[in-house]
Formats: sequence, C-alpha cells, structure tokens
Amino acid sequence: MPSLKLQYQVDGTDFTRAGEASSSVKKNLRKLGMPADIIRKVSICLYEGEINMVIHADGGVIDVLVYPDRIEMILADTGKGIADIDKAMQEGWSTAPDEVRSLGFGAGMGLPNMKKYSDEMRIESTVGVGTTVYMTVRTGASQSA
Amino acid sequence: MTPIEFAEKYGLTVSSPGEGDSREIGGVYCCDLLSMVMGRASENDAFLTVMGNVNTVAVAVLADVSCVILCEGIQLDEPTLEKARAQDVCVLLSPEPTFQVALKLARELGMV
Ligand SMILES: Nc1ncnc2c1ncn2[C@@H]1O[C@H](COP(=O)(O)OP(=O)(O)O)[C@@H](O)[C@H]1O
Ligand SMILES: [Mg+2]
Repeated sequence: MPSLKLQYQVDGTDFTRAGEASSSVKKNLRKLGMPADIIRKVSICLYEGEINMVIHADGGVIDVLVYPDRIEMILADTGKGIADIDKAMQEGWSTAPDEVRSLGFGAGMGLPNMKKYSDEMRIESTVGVGTTVYMTVRTGASQSA
Repeated sequence: MTPIEFAEKYGLTVSSPGEGDSREIGGVYCCDLLSMVMGRASENDAFLTVMGNVNTVAVAVLADVSCVILCEGIQLDEPTLEKARAQDVCVLLSPEPTFQVALKLARELGMV
C-alpha cells in the first residue's frame, strides 16, 4: 500500500501551466521529509514528462505513488503516440514545433533526462491511442510505515 | 556568497528576492535550453540565461538552483514575475552578456 497517492490532470492547452503538477509533488515530498536528491530526481522526471504531455499529447493524467522504498510515477495520455520508442529515446531526436523550441524546449532531451534520473523507466505507446510512461525512483533504505 | 550579496556587490537588479538571502551560490550553470538545464544544472547553482519565460521559473524550482540571473537586459513579464515571487525563486537581472556575469561569479567562487 502506498503511503501517499497523488493525482493530477495536466491541461494540454496551456504550456505556461506545465510544471504545476511537478511543483506540487515536490512540495508534498518535502513535507514528507524526503532527501533533496530524491526530490530532485522525481521533479526532473515529472517535469519532463509533464512537458511532453503538453507538447506532444493533449494533456493527460499523472499518478504519483509514494511507497516506503520507492516513488512510482505513471503518466498517461491519449495523444498521438510514439511510433518508434527507441528513436524517441535518443538524445536530440525531437518532433517539437519551432514555437516550443523558441521557449527553450524541444531539444530532444526530455526522455533521456527521464531515463537518467529514474531508476526504472518503461514506455507503452500506440500510435493514435496514446502513451503511458512508468518511472520509478528508489528512495533507498525502506522507512518504517 | 548569497545571490543577494552578489547582486549588491555588482549592481544587479533584484527582480524577485525569493530565498536569495538565505541560500549560498554553489556553482554556475549557463544555458538557454531548459531541458539541458533540467538535466545538467546542479542544486544551488546560479542559473544564467537569456530565456525569460514562465518555464524558466519552473525549471529553477525543480532543478533547485539558488537563483536565476537573466542576462543581456532580458526581463520577466509580470505574470512570470508573480510566479517567481510566489515560489520563492530569486531572480536577478543584468544588462551584461552571460559570459561577463559568469566570470564575476567564477571569481567570487574562487574558480579562476
Ligand atoms: N507523451 C508523448 N506523446 C507523443 N509523443 C511523445 C510523447 N513524449 C515524447 N514523444 C515523442 O518523443 C520525442 C522525444 O521526446 P523528448 O526526448 O522529450 O524530446 P522533446 O520533447 O524535446 O522533443 C518527441 O519529440 C515526440 O516525438
Ligand atoms: Mg520533451
């Protein structure tokens, strides 16, 4: 049983609001007294995922489950999907429009960052149906519940 | 050195004080690609950029940098500034190029 469950609806139309879910998770983890490096890893994973849901899909739902020994993140959207996941995982590969690039994103580093900062990551995607990204960050020593 | 001390010494404008008088600048990271900043900036870095939009503030919060220094005279618009203030992000403004600001920080931090 997770000790904390958080869920967020990500608005796919408002790029300026991307980051609200990640910021809220960060605050919650701080309140739980999580170590700063764990919070940073989770924040980076979630923010990149959140940005992707806004840029490449039409928003979606983020679930964050805090367990004694790990934090699980599930980001599900019903956007256009990813045709070639291996390619998408490559640093620098991006289909982001210029308008997104001019705001400092779309460098093709989001998925690689998520991979780097999570301990486990898995992507399920079907073109035309949607994408679900699963990430886990381990918190090391299992605390007593 | 704290971001506010740096601003006072070199005449930078404090646009949002945030936690700028309680955090120490631990290093310097210069970049305008926000995903690169997310992945590579270290906690407590001073983050130097010319990218002044609302996502800059989100990245500063999530990457946990000690301050954002907007170089080349770039300003934040009012809603973005409000966000920075609400989230306690220290934002400083400099008319100088990124490199010049970084050089001053490097000297202060004993890197050169
Ligand atoms: N949730 C998603 N839905 C559809 N496509 C996605 C999603 N996330 C990533 N992609 C695809 O994978 C590519 C690489 O993603 P990423 O590494 O985050 O780089 P960027 O977002 O900068 O393009 C994107 O350009 C896009 O084509
Ligand atoms: Mg991305």
